[in-house]
Amino acid sequence: MSEFNKTEMPTEIDNEVEKENFFIKIKNFFVSKVSNKKSQKNQMLEWKKDGWKAIVSLAPALLILLVFTFYPIIKTFIVSFFPSYNYQTDAFGQFGFDSYATVLQDTTFWRAMGNTALMVIVSVPLSIIIALLITVLLNSIKRLQGVYQVIFFLPYVTNGIAFGLVFATIFSPMDYGLINSLLNLVGISSVHWTGTAYTIPYWAGIFVITVYAIWNGLAFKILVFLSGLQGIDKQYYQAAQVDATPKWRVFTKITVPLLSPMILYITITSLIGAFKSYSSIVALFGEDMGNGLDETFITAVGYIYKYFNSVTSGGNAELLSVASAAALILFVFIMIITLFQMWANKRKVHY
Amino acid sequence: MEKEELYFASEKQAKRYEVIRIVKLCLVYFALSVAALFTLVPFYWMLATSFKTLDEVIRVPATFIPQNPTIDNYLDVFNGRNSILIRYIGNTLLVGVFTTILVVVTTVLAAFAFSRLDFKGKNVIFSLLLATMMVPGEMMIMTNFTTVADLNWLNTYQALIVPFGTSVFYIFFLRQNFMQIPDELYYAAKVDGNSDFKYLWKVMIPIARPAIITVVILEMIGSWNAYIWPRTVSQNSEMKLVTDGLLSLFQSDTGGETSHIMMAATTVVSLPLLIAFVCFKKYIMRGVARSGIKG
Repeated sequence: MSEFNKTEMPTEIDNEVEKENFFIKIKNFFVSKVSNKKSQKNQMLEWKKDGWKAIVSLAPALLILLVFTFYPIIKTFIVSFFPSYNYQTDAFGQFGFDSYATVLQDTTFWRAMGNTALMVIVSVPLSIIIALLITVLLNSIKRLQGVYQVIFFLPYVTNGIAFGLVFATIFSPMDYGLINSLLNLVGISSVHWTGTAYTIPYWAGIFVITVYAIWNGLAFKILVFLSGLQGIDKQYYQAAQVDATPKWRVFTKITVPLLSPMILYITITSLIGAFKSYSSIVALFGEDMGNGLDETFITAVGYIYKYFNSVTSGGNAELLSVASAAALILFVFIMIITLFQMWANKRKVHY
Repeated sequence: MEKEELYFASEKQAKRYEVIRIVKLCLVYFALSVAALFTLVPFYWMLATSFKTLDEVIRVPATFIPQNPTIDNYLDVFNGRNSILIRYIGNTLLVGVFTTILVVVTTVLAAFAFSRLDFKGKNVIFSLLLATMMVPGEMMIMTNFTTVADLNWLNTYQALIVPFGTSVFYIFFLRQNFMQIPDELYYAAKVDGNSDFKYLWKVMIPIARPAIITVVILEMIGSWNAYIWPRTVSQNSEMKLVTDGLLSLFQSDTGGETSHIMMAATTVVSLPLLIAFVCFKKYIMRGVARSGIKG
C-alpha cells in the first residue's frame, strides 16, 4: 500500500497539470469508452448487484444536478424562444425568435462584444506573455524562489470584489488617488479612471480593467506554467548548453514548445474568463458598468445580467427571455472555444 | 540549476565570466522584484489607506505612509454603522462551511459510484454530466432564481447552499483519483468481508485525502468569492454575503469620501482567506495547480 501511496500522492506541486487539463481527460474518456468493451461481461454480471448502491450514492448529487443544472439548461433554452415568457405566471405565450432579434439588434450587445474582444486581444496575450517571462525568470533562480512564488500567488486568494474596490481606490478619479498623485508629480493632469460619478475616457477604463485582469490572473498562470516548466526534462536544456544555444532561442525553441499544452490551456481559460468577467467591472465602475448614462464597459456576461437584474429587481418579467437568448449566445461562443481547444489539443500541441 | 563546471583559458576570462553571471543574476532579481512590487502594491495601499484619517485620505498629493495612523476605521467597521459587515462575514462562513460539507459528501459518493460500482447507464449518465461542464452558469441562474422563488427560499440560507451543493467538475476530479486506486485493494477488502461503503470509508477516502482537501480548499475560496448568485437570492440586507455586502455598503455613492473605511472593510474581508493561505500554503498551491479551475 505504501508503494503506490508514493506514486499517487505527490507531495510537491506536481507536474501533472497537463494531465489535469480536464478537457484532455474528457476526450480520453470518450476514446476509452469506445475501446473499453472488454469488461462488458463483467458489468452485465455485476450491475444488478451494485444497482441499489449506485442509486444510493448517486442520488444526492443527481438530485441537485437535475433540479439546478439539467432542468434550468432545458428551461432557459426553451424560454429564449418565447419572447413574452413571464416567470411569475410561467405563461409561455407565442413561440418566436424576437428575443434573439432584440439581442442582435441591440447596440449595447455589440458594445459588450467589442469590449470583450478588446480584452481578448489586449489583456489575454499580455498577461500570458508576462506570466511566461516571470515563470522563466523564477525558474532560473534558486534563492528566494519560494518567497517570490508565494508573493505572486497572493492575488489568487483575494476576494474579487474587495480588490476591485482596492483598484478603484488606487485609480481614484480624484486628485488624491495614488495614480493621479503620481501623474501630477510628473506634470500630467488627473484622469477620471473609475467611479460612478464621472465620464470615464474609454482608454482609461480599458487600461484599469487590463491592469486589474493582469494582476488578478498572474497567480494562476505562473503556478500552472511553473509546474509545467519543472516537468520539462533537464536534458533538453543540457543539450542546448552543449551547443551554446543563445538564451532567446532556448526560450522560443525549447521552453515554449514544451509548455504548449499549458499555454493552450491557459489561453482557453483566459478567453472564457474574458467573456465571463463581470464582478471586477462592477467593483470598478458600479452596477451600471459605466458612468450611469450608458454601460461603457459592459461585457458579454454583464449584458446578460443587465437584463436579468432588471427582472429580479422587479422590472419587466418578460425580459427574462432576452436574458436567456443572450445566455444561449454566450453558450455558443464558449462551446466554439472549447471545441477549438479539443481540436487543437489533438493536432497542434505535442512535443 | 546546478552549478556549471566551466574551464577558462585565463583567470581574466574566468573573472569576466563571473562578473557577467552576477550582473545577469542581479537583473533577474530586479525584474522579479518589480513584478513582485506590482503584485504587492494593492495590498499595501489597502492597508495604508485603512489606517488614514479622512483628512489625510483627501490630501493632495497622496501620502504613501499614514502620517498619523488611526484604528478608527476598523472600529467603524466593527462597531459603527458598518458593523453589519461582521454579520455578512458570519453568513459567508456559515454558507461556505455547509456548502463545502454538502459538496464533499455528494461528490465523493458520486465519484465512488462512477469509479467503483458497475450499474446500468453508468457511461451515459457520466457523459451527460461532463457535457454540462461546457455550459456557462449564466444559462442556469435565471431558471434557478425562479425555482428558488417558487420554493419560497428567497432570503434563506438553503437558497445559498443547496443549488451549489454538488459539482460535476469535482465528481470528475475525484473519480480520476479514485480510479488510480488498484483493484487488488478492493478485492482484498471484499475477501475480508467488507461492504462497498466500508471500503469507500476505510480505504478510498484516506488514500484520496489530498484530492478531497483540494476540493475543500477550492470550494471555500469559491464561497468566499461568490457574488452573482448570493446577490440574486439575498435581497434582504440581513442575508447578504461579504462580496455583495461590501458593494452595497460602499458603492452607493453619497458624495463623501469613504475610501479609508472601505479599505478597512476590505482588509477585514480579505484577512480570513489570507490567513488560511498562510496556514495551508502548500495544500492550496498544490490544489490549485492540480485542478486548474477559476478561469
